[in-house]
Amino acid sequence: MSPVLRLLLRRLGISFVVLIGVSMLIFAIARIIPGDPARIALGPNATAEQVERIRAEMHLDEPIPVQYGFFLRDLARGDLGTSLYTNRPVTTDIAQFLPATLELVFLAGLIMVAVGLPLGILAARYRGRWPDHLVRVLSLLTVSAPSFVWAVILMLIFAYYLPFFPIAGRIKDIYEIERVTGFMTIDTALAGNWPAFWNAWHHLVLPAVALSLSGIGQAARLTRANMVETYEKPYIEMAQAYGFFPSRIARTYAFKPSIIPSLTIIGLDFAAMLGNAFLVEAVFAWPGLSRYGVAVILRKDLNAIMGTVLIIAITFLIVNIIVDLLIAFLNPRIRHSTRASA
Amino acid sequence: MIRAFRILAANPLSLIGFILVVLIVFAAVFAPWIAPYPTHNGAVVDFLNNNRPPSAQNWMGTDLVGRDIFSRILYAYQISLGLGLVVLAIAPPVGTIVGLLAGYMGGWVETILMRLVDVFLSIPPLVLAIAMMGVLEPTLTNAMLAVTVMWWPWYARLVYSIARSEREEGYVLAAEVIGASSFHIAFREILPNCLPAILTKMTLDMGFVIIIASSLSFLGLGVQPPTPDLGSMVAEGARYLPDSWWLTVFPGLAILLVVFGFNLLGDGLREILGVDE
Repeated sequence: MSPVLRLLLRRLGISFVVLIGVSMLIFAIARIIPGDPARIALGPNATAEQVERIRAEMHLDEPIPVQYGFFLRDLARGDLGTSLYTNRPVTTDIAQFLPATLELVFLAGLIMVAVGLPLGILAARYRGRWPDHLVRVLSLLTVSAPSFVWAVILMLIFAYYLPFFPIAGRIKDIYEIERVTGFMTIDTALAGNWPAFWNAWHHLVLPAVALSLSGIGQAARLTRANMVETYEKPYIEMAQAYGFFPSRIARTYAFKPSIIPSLTIIGLDFAAMLGNAFLVEAVFAWPGLSRYGVAVILRKDLNAIMGTVLIIAITFLIVNIIVDLLIAFLNPRIRHSTRASA
Repeated sequence: MIRAFRILAANPLSLIGFILVVLIVFAAVFAPWIAPYPTHNGAVVDFLNNNRPPSAQNWMGTDLVGRDIFSRILYAYQISLGLGLVVLAIAPPVGTIVGLLAGYMGGWVETILMRLVDVFLSIPPLVLAIAMMGVLEPTLTNAMLAVTVMWWPWYARLVYSIARSEREEGYVLAAEVIGASSFHIAFREILPNCLPAILTKMTLDMGFVIIIASSLSFLGLGVQPPTPDLGSMVAEGARYLPDSWWLTVFPGLAILLVVFGFNLLGDGLREILGVDE
C-alpha cells in the first residue's frame, strides 16, 4: 500500500470519529434550547394537537439518548429532517443554497493563495527592507477587520462611487439559466450563454475579494515567517555561493520547503471562510447558505440549524483531508516513506 | 518591565499599537465623561437631528433617530472590550488546564481530551458561535458564552503542543526523579514555559474576539438595540448606503482601529517574549 493511500485511510478513520463527536456536539447544542422546541418552532398560535404531532415527529418525548439514536439513524440514511421554515427536507434546502456559498468560498480561497503566497515570498526575499515592512502592515491591516467591514468598504468604493461592479445578487434577472450544478459560473458555460457567463463572474468578484482579504494577510505572514526560517539553512547559502539568481533561490529553494507548514493553516483559513461567508453574503444579498442559515436561526428551526452546521462541518473535514493529502504529496519524506507517519 | 517598554518603543509599529490600545481603553472607560452626548447610549430619540452628515456638532454624524454616532461608538467600545475581557478571563485558563493534562499525562487522557478538542475545532469558529446563538436568546451574556465555548479549544491545542515537547525535557525528568507530584510538574514546572505563548495569543485574540462578537451582532445574533454595538451599527446603516455612508463607515473603522491596535501590540509582544508563530 502506498504511503499516501495509507495516510488517506488513516485520516478517513480519524475524521469518522471526529464526525461522530460533531454530531453529538450539534445534538447537544440543539437540546440546550430553552423551552419546548416544538412549541417554539410552531409559534404561539399553534394548537395543542399540532404541538403534540411535532413532538412525536421529532421524538421529543423519548429520553435524550434515544433521541440521539434516532438522530444518528436518520443521519446514516442521509435524512436531516424537514425544515419547519420551508416545509421541505433540509437536504433539499441545503442542496439548493450550498453551491452559491461554495462558489464564493472557492474563488476567495483561490485569490487568497494567488495573492497571499507571492506577497509572502516578496516579503521574505526582501526581509528587513521596505517591501517586508509594507507587506507586514498590509497583512496586519487586512486581518484587523471582519469581512463584513471589508465588504461594505469595497461595495461603497467599487460598486457605488466607481460603478465597476454590481451591488447585489449572483446574476442579472434577465438571464434564465437552467440549473445543473448550482454553480452559476459553470451552469452559464454549460448553457453556452456567454453574456450570462461574464455577468455571473462580474457579480462574483467583489464578494470573493471581500471574503479573501483577511486570508490573504494570514497567508502572506505565514509564508514569510516560514521562508525566513528556511533562508537560514546552509543549502540556501550554498545556492547563493553558486551564484544562482536571488529570484530563483526564493522561488525554488526557499519557497518549496516553506509551503508545507503553511498549508495546514491555509486549510484552516479556507474553513474560516465558510463562516465568514455568512457575513459577506449578508452584505451582497448573495443567495447562499447564509441567508437560509440566518432565516432558520431566527425561526428557531432546529432541524435546519443542525443540518446546516453539520454540512459545514463535513465540508471542513473534507477540506482538511484534501490539505493533508496535498502535504503528503508535496512532502517527499511522507511520499516516499515506507512506514506510516503523521 | 522597563526593558520590555524600551523594546516596544524601539519598534514604531508596536508603539503605535500600544498607544492605540491605551487611547481606546481610556475612551471606553471614561465614555460617560468624554462622549459629547453621554445620554445617547440608550433609546434616545431626536428626530429633528436625525441622519445628519458629520459636522462640528456631531463629528461622525447622527443615526436614523438622531443619536450622535461618535458617542455611541465610545459606548460600543465598552461592550466590545468588556466581552473580550470576559472571554479571555475564562477560555485561556480552561484551555490551559485541558492542554496541560493532555500534554503531560498522555495515554487515554490525552486521546479523549484531544479528540474532544478536535471536535470543537472541526466546526469553523464563527459557525459554532452562530449555531449556539441560534438556539439561545440573543443577549450579551449568551454572546460571551458562545464565544467562550468556541475559543477554549485553541488554547488547549497551543498548551498541549508545548507541554508535549516539554515532557521530555531534562528539568521535567529531574522533577520526576526527585518524586514531585504530577500536579506540581504540570502547573509549577511546565506551565511557566507556556506562559509567553499564552500571553501573546491572548493579546492577539482580544482583537479576534472583538471581530467574532461584532460579527454575531452584525447578523442580529448578539447584543440587541438600543445598546450600542459596532456590529449592529454597521448592519443597520448598510441599508442606507451610499447616501448615509457615515452610519456604516465610522463604526466599521472603529472595529478596524481597535483590532489593528491589539494586533500591532501582540505582534510586538511576540518579538519581546520570543514566541514563534
